[in-house]
Amino acid sequence: MLEEQVINKNGLDVHLVSTPKYKTTTFVLQIKSRLTQKTATERSLLANVLKSATNDYPSRKQIRLYLDELYGASFQADVQRKGENHILSLRLEAANEKFLKDNVPLFKKSLSFLREVLENPFFDENGSFSEKVIREEKRTLKQRMESIYDDKIRYANKRLLEEMCKDEPYSVHPYGEMEKIDEVTSETLMQEYKRMLQEDDIRLYIVGDVKAEEAEEAASIFSVTSKTQEAMNEGKENEGKEPKEIKETDDIQQGKLHLGYRTSVTFSDNLFPAMQVMNGLFGGFPHSKLFMNVREKESMAYYAASRYESLKGLVLVFAGIEASKYEKAVDIIKKQLDDMKQGHFTDESVEQTKVMVKNQLLETADSARGIVDLYYQSVAAGKKRDLSEWVKAIDAVTKQDVIEGAATVELDTCYFLRGEEAAK
Amino acid sequence: MTNKKTFDQLQETIYNERLDNGLTVYVLPKPGFHKTFAVFSTNYGSIDNHFVPIGKKEAVMVPDGIAHFLEHKMFEDEQGDVFQTFGEQGASANAFTSFTKTAYLFSSTQDTDKNLETLLDFVQHPYFTDETVEKEKGIIEQEITMYEDNPDWQLFFNLLGSMYHKHPVKIDIAGSADSIYEITKEDLYECYETFYHPSNMVLFVAGDVQTDQIIELVRNNQNNKSFKEPEEIERILDDEPKEVKNDKSVAKMSVNTPKCMVGYKVNASKLEGKELLKYEFSMQLMLDALFGPGSDAYETLYEDGLIDDSFSTEFTAERSFSFLAVGGDTKEPDKLEQRIIQTIENARDKGLSKDQLERVRKKKIGNFLKQLNSLEFVANQYTSFAFHNIHLFEAIPVLEEITIDEINQLLHTHFEESTRSVSQIIQKQAN
Repeated sequence: MLEEQVINKNGLDVHLVSTPKYKTTTFVLQIKSRLTQKTATERSLLANVLKSATNDYPSRKQIRLYLDELYGASFQADVQRKGENHILSLRLEAANEKFLKDNVPLFKKSLSFLREVLENPFFDENGSFSEKVIREEKRTLKQRMESIYDDKIRYANKRLLEEMCKDEPYSVHPYGEMEKIDEVTSETLMQEYKRMLQEDDIRLYIVGDVKAEEAEEAASIFSVTSKTQEAMNEGKENEGKEPKEIKETDDIQQGKLHLGYRTSVTFSDNLFPAMQVMNGLFGGFPHSKLFMNVREKESMAYYAASRYESLKGLVLVFAGIEASKYEKAVDIIKKQLDDMKQGHFTDESVEQTKVMVKNQLLETADSARGIVDLYYQSVAAGKKRDLSEWVKAIDAVTKQDVIEGAATVELDTCYFLRGEEAAK
Repeated sequence: MTNKKTFDQLQETIYNERLDNGLTVYVLPKPGFHKTFAVFSTNYGSIDNHFVPIGKKEAVMVPDGIAHFLEHKMFEDEQGDVFQTFGEQGASANAFTSFTKTAYLFSSTQDTDKNLETLLDFVQHPYFTDETVEKEKGIIEQEITMYEDNPDWQLFFNLLGSMYHKHPVKIDIAGSADSIYEITKEDLYECYETFYHPSNMVLFVAGDVQTDQIIELVRNNQNNKSFKEPEEIERILDDEPKEVKNDKSVAKMSVNTPKCMVGYKVNASKLEGKELLKYEFSMQLMLDALFGPGSDAYETLYEDGLIDDSFSTEFTAERSFSFLAVGGDTKEPDKLEQRIIQTIENARDKGLSKDQLERVRKKKIGNFLKQLNSLEFVANQYTSFAFHNIHLFEAIPVLEEITIDEINQLLHTHFEESTRSVSQIIQKQAN
């Protein structure tokens, strides 16, 4: 199984997954900070400004032409929420030169380019980020935020989290806030950039046919360092509060039902593997209770599933239903969780779910992006889980563990987005 | 007999065999991968709605959405749900229906043999009752309503609806809430018998597997089943005019950002094999040179705030239809429409340069290598190409052959104004 090797060079941790199975090499710089309302907008804009101009390639167009020259190396900058951390990622994937007729040093060139994006961005004669780039990227960021609304399932999920986690950092969208975009200036962006280089936990992930010595040499060109931060992903119990119910309308055909549950069990807990199995059996797979009952038995929905956000301690349920079936759907979903808590499921279904969870884990590890995500969870949670140990831990889960996991899950907020007609 | 083909530069070896009953099997060993991915596909999709059923003389017209409905119903048999069986064997299973193909697939990190048997057996065992057919209608109706709320899907199908007069590519793959209620179990059996004959199907297995063992397993499995003699399938298509039906379609939806897509209807290609692959790649390279992120057009459209990352191009060449489309999210759909058309007109006047071609060619080679990391991509793409006698792994030499003259020739033979149609989604209400 693919294990990661962590090599420290001049203070920078390089996480290497060495494997000959890909035709490309993948590099990811993961830059971690706390998720706060104050910095989210600036960091998300910063990601886009950094990817648009470097000292050697001072415009988007020059960057794109250079990447095309590197056999279409793909390059992205994005921001994500992992628990209450805000992760800025710079990703580059380039062909492994051994599959090309030409002899191009793609590994070296890709890596120097990635370093340049982070450490040597374009500054104008005043030593500031380009005003033109900032203006254009502000506009793109606004459009990206607005487009969340156009995908109604995504929009409903965002609204649920905003309402459910109102006074917590988790309610901050990784893109930041629309109202804050215009407040960002080249000065505040520069402050945030400098702060990021000095304070954030920066790590380099490399996946591909790469030896430890090559990875070490690669790391030596960087001057940024990794700074282990205290993990901040404490799951919160619901404290016996009455669940909130929120109904909103939009001009849509299908009702989007999203339920937010809380659990105290997070990635670093001993019960974590049991919660993965519990979520799988509740709504993670086609054999799950939600799929079998909401979709197959009642024919009420095309999709009905749950997701476990293990870095925050949430279980999120979503289903697309006819608006008139709202009460019935909510009752069925609640009943499925009650059944989980009371152990109304067979040992066989637990075994089946364990196999499925393991399968999912190993399949994720088959893609370069997937394996980086898997191992990065350990960093974000401050608890190391190697792939092979992880698989063993899932094997060891019992029905009783699943019941214990389910016992921690409580409904917090029920959000429903429905058509205007249906609301009348 | 099993054929073996090795591609040295790519370091890949692929095996294939056509079994006695007509089924084509491909095996691609991929050492180092945890999972095995298998896809069992029939050369039958949503456009195949008018045909002569196997063993009959008269053509029939079936309700819209039936290929997709059939795909849903295949997962159930006398014992219940096949998802359960896959689940017990640690596999995740799925299926999809496109215009010309229906594919059933699983991936698993254990019990490959059992899962492969399950895949073959459930797809080759139709079981429909009035009751199970009725039950599925509610689920599919919700699937259709989900897509009705999806503006990108609507943009795309409105474009096809404007482009085509009669061709069934204009019909939503899942059909409509009305059409699916007409479907009966007899319809499903008729489609099944006609299109799911092994001679119309391809099985592709990729993973850390032993080729001989896989082929042996499939052969034994197939020898234990009996099938009718294969017949040539007779599909009926009305003549489709060269010109588009409407030049524009505008729909209002609840969106913040409008959308615009410019499409050109292309004569269905009669090419096969390597020639078809070369044609497809030439068109893709041309579109990338014109509108890709490294093009002048992309940069100025971006600077002018007319496009964002969603801006993209696509070229489709399938049996009996072909089209290309350019577009994405935009604040000003009319302006973007004009600029896309202008870019094409300019290129037709001046032609593309050798440098532009070299740049996008390199990019395409690198992207192709990237795609080969995905077993799903390789298996699905290899299968689609196999229906046209193309070997996917020949891609790089074919890409290297394409000349700038060939691309400029294509610029002239495509993009007539009468073949152009535009689709827009605009805001329903001001926000």
